[in-house]
Amino acid sequence: MGAIFYISAAVAVAATVGVITRYNAVHALLYLIVSLLAISLIFYILGAPLAAALEAIIYAGAIMVLFIFVIMILNLGPQAVRRERSWLKPRMWVGPAALALILAGELVYLLESGPAGAQAGTASVGPEPVGATLFGPYLLGVELASLLLLAGLVGAFHLGRRETGEETAGEQEIQTGVAKAEGAAVEEPGAALGGE
Amino acid sequence: MAQVPMDYGLALAAALFVLGLAGVIVRRNVIFILLSIEIMMNASGLAFIVAGSRWRQPDGQLMFIFILTMAAVEVSLGLALVLRLYHRLKTLDIDRADRMRG
Repeated sequence: MGAIFYISAAVAVAATVGVITRYNAVHALLYLIVSLLAISLIFYILGAPLAAALEAIIYAGAIMVLFIFVIMILNLGPQAVRRERSWLKPRMWVGPAALALILAGELVYLLESGPAGAQAGTASVGPEPVGATLFGPYLLGVELASLLLLAGLVGAFHLGRRETGEETAGEQEIQTGVAKAEGAAVEEPGAALGGE
Repeated sequence: MAQVPMDYGLALAAALFVLGLAGVIVRRNVIFILLSIEIMMNASGLAFIVAGSRWRQPDGQLMFIFILTMAAVEVSLGLALVLRLYHRLKTLDIDRADRMRG
């Protein structure tokens, strides 16, 4: 079990180095997703299956999709098609794919060898005690988190509003796209709340 | 099989945090700065999970859930600001936005 931890840690650090050294935002996002999945595996090894699931679903799923959406919005125009074609070249995705394959191998090994908690000697803290503690002593924290999410909702709505009198007529179509993107951004905190 | 030592988990969290900090300092593209902030928050969440695993308490996972909530709010607001910045300055270079009322 220790070996799994060390391999995952190495993958996470390597992928994170990849994130901060890429020039292209989408390549960096690919590496960041691999890094998040590696950390999710580490959570599972450490006996936190709920945190592992949340990491994979909310971080690597929802938040990264939001990033990709905004990057795609900012790359409108004919050069975006050319760029899209260059993204499909093998040397662009072979690095993240190799790291993800290592993680997949570890995952298969873990699934083959049964529950991680029993093997590692760590008592796995499942969702039940987490939920009981969340809505017991930490109830105030849940209320504060809901306030924070409401503030994020209002703020994203305000920032995504169409500004009148600032942009020229030529910018109107792009602005419409932004308004749609903001609709997605506004819905995101709701998804996080559902994850809670 | 031996449990993973707590020191190694915290060392991994520290390494990831430093990498994210380096990204914030080095990169000038605002999208990369947001990504690096995500890395840093994730590293702090990892530290909480490691500590919670060490004492076998659910509190670490609770703190991780709160960090996750905060990260979701931060990303949605940050990306809305990025779009606003891009429409005003036509660039994602954060150094172009170094003046108030620019």
